[in-house]
Amino acid sequence: MEPTGKVLMINYEKCTGCRLCELVCSVMHEGVSNPSRSRIKIIKWESEGLYIPMSCQQCEDAPCVNVCPVKAVSRDETLGRVVVDYDVCIGCRACVSACPFGAMGFDVIGRKVIKCDLCDGDPQCVRFCEIHALEYVDADRVSVLKTRDAAQRLSVAEKEGAVLLAQA
Amino acid sequence: MALNKKIAYIDLSTGKIETKPIPLEVRKRFLGGRGLDAYLLYNHTDKGVDPLSPKNTLLVSAGILGATLASATARTHIMAKSPLTNLLGSSNMGGFFAPELRWAGFDHLVIKGKAEKPVYLWIHNGEIEIRDASNLWGKTTTETQWAIREELNDDDVKCAVIGPAGENLVTFASVMTGIKDSAGRSGMGCIFGSKNLKAIAARGTMDIKIAYPEDALEYNRRFITQIVSSKVNQTQGTLGTPFIWGATNSWGGIRTRNFQYNQCEYADDIEPERIDEICTETMGPYHMAGCFGCQVHCRAQYKIPSGPYAGKYDEGPEYTSQGAFGGEPDCKSAVTVLTGNHLVDQYGVDNLEIGSIISWAMELYEEGILTSKDTDGLDLKFGNDEALLEMIRRICFRDGWLANTLADGGIQASEKIGKNSFGYLIHVKGMSNLHSDERATPALALGIATGSRGSDHLRSRPAIDLYHLPEEVLRKVYSNPVAYDGPLSSEHTSYVGKAWQVFWQELCYMGVDCLGICKYHTTFLGATLPNFEDWSKVLYYNTGLEMSPRDIWDVADRCYNIERLFNMREGLTRDDPKKGDTLNHRYFDEPCRRGAPDVIGAKIDRKKFKKMIDEYYEHHGWDENGVPTAETLKRLGLDKEPSHLV
Repeated sequence: MEPTGKVLMINYEKCTGCRLCELVCSVMHEGVSNPSRSRIKIIKWESEGLYIPMSCQQCEDAPCVNVCPVKAVSRDETLGRVVVDYDVCIGCRACVSACPFGAMGFDVIGRKVIKCDLCDGDPQCVRFCEIHALEYVDADRVSVLKTRDAAQRLSVAEKEGAVLLAQA
Repeated sequence: MALNKKIAYIDLSTGKIETKPIPLEVRKRFLGGRGLDAYLLYNHTDKGVDPLSPKNTLLVSAGILGATLASATARTHIMAKSPLTNLLGSSNMGGFFAPELRWAGFDHLVIKGKAEKPVYLWIHNGEIEIRDASNLWGKTTTETQWAIREELNDDDVKCAVIGPAGENLVTFASVMTGIKDSAGRSGMGCIFGSKNLKAIAARGTMDIKIAYPEDALEYNRRFITQIVSSKVNQTQGTLGTPFIWGATNSWGGIRTRNFQYNQCEYADDIEPERIDEICTETMGPYHMAGCFGCQVHCRAQYKIPSGPYAGKYDEGPEYTSQGAFGGEPDCKSAVTVLTGNHLVDQYGVDNLEIGSIISWAMELYEEGILTSKDTDGLDLKFGNDEALLEMIRRICFRDGWLANTLADGGIQASEKIGKNSFGYLIHVKGMSNLHSDERATPALALGIATGSRGSDHLRSRPAIDLYHLPEEVLRKVYSNPVAYDGPLSSEHTSYVGKAWQVFWQELCYMGVDCLGICKYHTTFLGATLPNFEDWSKVLYYNTGLEMSPRDIWDVADRCYNIERLFNMREGLTRDDPKKGDTLNHRYFDEPCRRGAPDVIGAKIDRKKFKKMIDEYYEHHGWDENGVPTAETLKRLGLDKEPSHLV
């Protein structure tokens, strides 16, 4: 299988904070509704109306891979993801401590570390997010889309600047 | 399984807490949420109980599908005998509280007694603790929630709280969660206050097992497509509920200046597009937020752009705040609407009721029934934005004679004020009418007159009646899951078949309220949205409970009858102007003065209205006085109530 090179892209400002992604993630992986067992989590600052989805970044040089004492965590280049081999994992939680994003979680009921596995190439959180705060795209698209947005802001700023200059 | 969540009996007087499972038999008869709450209220209160006494029973619940994949399963339901109407009190709210309650192990809380000093309940993974809330008393709704999170050192705790209005026993105080989600109607916050209960905090990491995960996921995905493809929900998702206000006002369905007009003129500043502009300016282009699991995201975020509260963050304003602080008092400024919305959210009071009651007082002031002596010098005339905002504060803190009087609710206030003030009160059963004007729409008028919690649009409103849908479409909607071959009319000014539509909608809304689903996900504003047939499937996929669409219809019928029995026990009689299935005389006597050609001049015809009520009773299986017949009760298995199954 050819490597997909696809990544989970999070458009932070679009998130409505509904947490359906947490629900479908826990149902998909564990057959239960339970956000504490979800691989994705919406972090909220409710008093400011700010909602930020947080999930695994599938790092190229991943701290969780590097820190694992039994080499249970590795990169799967086919899907561009970091995976846990539960036959090898001893549940020491070193990866939970090492992850700079808090994306490696610990499932208190299943008694195991949990992280996003991109649903083997069909991320359900993306499939259910109607507002497209979550998208599954080729890695290069992430920067291109952001560049386009930034370019548009610059273009608007330039036009407004020209108007101000003309009025001066 | 999804049905193992428990019921907790909490006595705040003694501190005794008991938890029990909910028998399957009870689930099949009442499902959960509002329906089971109604059963519990009927079984756990005595006839004629004083709403503010420790003997009133307070119910807080999640729907049977709460936090599952049935879409928008966010609703929390709260019930007790109402301090506003002295009849059934019932209100529900969105947000994230009910799902958290379920993950913490509970579906229903039965709260009795009264704590000696302010307390809050802490519900965590099957455990319930009564904790001291002395340091929370006096705090606003958001201050309370953030303080509880700090105390428990957990940012994921979700709370249902009251603000100062509930503490001060304002009879229409709300229970709130988050920034703006409110169980506002019928004064459930006042019941919290009367029990010295400041808040209920929940947090859980317990499973809700989904019976058939794959089917549940696939059906939910289908549901989402069905729900977001509805034009009405797409508009809700961009403009929020204000769009309904704009549309309704355009044809003349918004009551203005209490009940003097049916359209708010020159109101550009409070039109939905203007509100949206402010949201965009203050919160950016993506300013819509959603309740748990909902893809409609009808809730706008904003900051107040100017005035004494400039920069304050809030959410909404909903259709009701536009009406309550815009149309009714004739204050046509966006900043006033946004500020009023912020104040009611912070103080914890029903926006609809407080706006209506202030508009009523404004009309009484204009008529000379109230004077500046009564208002402590406040110039309480229509269109006085400052007076409106000041009255909101005064009522929530019972500051001054008039505010203290109004805080007791319309009927009690009218008895104190006297001088025919009651004749101006736009209410049913003591609860203020929505700021819509129903004189041109008999179906809507019947709905508010008969609602089991007093005047209300979320009990039975056949809103699709306004779309002039072809008769065959109406028939498709209204002939399921029970056959109906009686007359139906596409004309909104007609009285034909409307009783059936109201009856059908009552059971439809009871259905979603038992399941814990939002009304925007059923046949309320859109004719293509899910109802009984889909519920039967999502109920099975998520919980494993096998119930046909007809079974769910029967549950709704049973639960609505329990509510009726409760109201009859508390003294409802058909034509009682204070407690009956009636409308203010102005609906029959004063024609609409503004609006579209088929609205202007419209009023409700007394004789036809009476006939509509007769028909409506007949559909329900009630006698000509609105009393459920012995045969009806037997059919629904309610002939031995109270039966004390739980």
